[in-house]
Amino acid sequence: MVVFEKPKSISPDIFHYCPGCTHGIIHRLVGEVLDELDVLGKSVGVAPVGCAVMAYNYFECDMIQAAHGRAPAVATGLKRANPDSVVFTYQGDGDLAAIGTAETVHSATRGENITIIFVNNAIYGMTGGQMAPTSLLGQVTQTTPYGRNAETEGHPIRVCELLSTLEGTAYAERVSVDNVPGIKKAKAAIKKAFTYQTQKKGFSIVEVLSTCPTNWGLSPVAALDWLRDNMLPYYPLGVYKDKGGENNG
Amino acid sequence: MEKILMKGNEAIAEAAITAGCRYFFGYPITPQTEVAAYMAKRLPKIGGTYLQAESEIAAINMVIGAAAAGVRVMTSSSSPGISLKSEGISYLSGCDLPAVIVNIQRGGPGLGGIQPSQSDYFQATRGSGHGDYHLIVLAPNNIQEIVNLTRKAFDLADKYRVGVMILGDGVLGQMMEPVIMDECPKTELPPKDWALTGAKGARGKNIVNSLYLDPEELQRRNFERFDKYAEIAKTETLFEKYKTDDADIVLVAYGAPSRICKNAINTARAKGIKVGLFRPITLYPFPKQELAELALSTRVFISVEMSMGQMVDDVRLATECRRPVSVCARTGGVIHTPENILDAIEKEAANFRGVI
Repeated sequence: MVVFEKPKSISPDIFHYCPGCTHGIIHRLVGEVLDELDVLGKSVGVAPVGCAVMAYNYFECDMIQAAHGRAPAVATGLKRANPDSVVFTYQGDGDLAAIGTAETVHSATRGENITIIFVNNAIYGMTGGQMAPTSLLGQVTQTTPYGRNAETEGHPIRVCELLSTLEGTAYAERVSVDNVPGIKKAKAAIKKAFTYQTQKKGFSIVEVLSTCPTNWGLSPVAALDWLRDNMLPYYPLGVYKDKGGENNG
Repeated sequence: MEKILMKGNEAIAEAAITAGCRYFFGYPITPQTEVAAYMAKRLPKIGGTYLQAESEIAAINMVIGAAAAGVRVMTSSSSPGISLKSEGISYLSGCDLPAVIVNIQRGGPGLGGIQPSQSDYFQATRGSGHGDYHLIVLAPNNIQEIVNLTRKAFDLADKYRVGVMILGDGVLGQMMEPVIMDECPKTELPPKDWALTGAKGARGKNIVNSLYLDPEELQRRNFERFDKYAEIAKTETLFEKYKTDDADIVLVAYGAPSRICKNAINTARAKGIKVGLFRPITLYPFPKQELAELALSTRVFISVEMSMGQMVDDVRLATECRRPVSVCARTGGVIHTPENILDAIEKEAANFRGVI
């Protein structure tokens, strides 16, 4: 008897992600949710520019690769043209909260009926470890070699808090995949986000706190500790917006 | 069939609708806003979607999404907005997606002005964004032709999986003429089996992508795309010749200036100067062959442009500099008068009259 296998929604390809990176876990959670909701056949995913640029190889639904930051606009076009499809983007912090801020905010305020999986690891991974809009104060990166300084680089953006102020946002939750209970909560959040889309409730986003051992210069285990010690205090976990909460218990 | 009086911008919008376009994503900018306004009024009534995006950048990416979903989709803008869309146009082309992009040009560079111009010729014909690609570029010079070419643009886009640009100018966008808006002819086109409609368990997944990390693979894709452009040049090139058979001087002009050229030509001919007009209707592919043939029989070319001289480069390339090519330029939103063009004709005529 098979007790553990890959979700049907995840391809047999070997992920290119670095050892200890949590993208693999987050991909799997999305795959499990697509399987459980039985929406793989009508799903279209939008890959970002960033470490997940080749996500089109890993999800088994129809996929498109978008320009840096533009995934929510591409998703908008896909969804408007085919409202019965299930459309999601999978984006990192630079993609979503720097170059793509306008697309993120406006797809949310329009209540665009799409789901965004937002992977926040506080750094630009693919380009080799530069400051992200979500890098923490004092965090050393390739482009903040003396640590991020609020006076010169400003403050990190809290995306869920920001988007929760917008009427069009139906659901915004921040989760973390640093431990097993966290992973279970993350999956529940992702499932809820996709469910809201199928119920046409509007814009849904799940922000997943994630690690980048390679560019943080830490071992995978130490990276999980760094996430807990540094990211959780600034990025509190929880539900920031839940429009459908009353109906869904 | 009854003729109706339509503004150029509205004719683009209605022609697109008759061609089956039900999706429009735009951002306001003068002098093309009537296209968007018309779509905003009509599309919701016929089951379509009009969406005003937060920027031209977002608009073109929404176009990419809708095109990837397999529907007929259009956006329109004017010069500064096309600069912003150019990133997306590069991705659209790299993904081999069909869409129609309208540019009703205004004076530049920078914010420039809002009066008619043709100074985006290089941007339109050379691709505008980064990378090895082209758009098919159609340049109408009257409102009926706007209708016909807008419809054709959708067929060309779907047939070849390319972006097609309608390159107009503020004159064409704003002027009114009577047009016949008859039923749009249906063309046999390949099925969109590449579209992202959801696999529904009936096929493997489709991927729309412009990323190829293997240089050999990317080179192969670009070679294939340029084979397609060669095929387009062979079969889709359009042009008009006016009184060129005996012409010593051939004016080369497209869009609004080509109309003013005809006026100047008739005045010059009344004065005994043999002058004609060559009007490219497709700017990409440029009608090179036909212009090269004209170089055998004519003495001199004048490129008449509302820009400092951009198309003139294509005229020189097409004719391989076998004949002198000068430019009669107006820029910044200034439109040629017939006298401006007549002066340029008479100057050239005086040059070779001395030689005879």
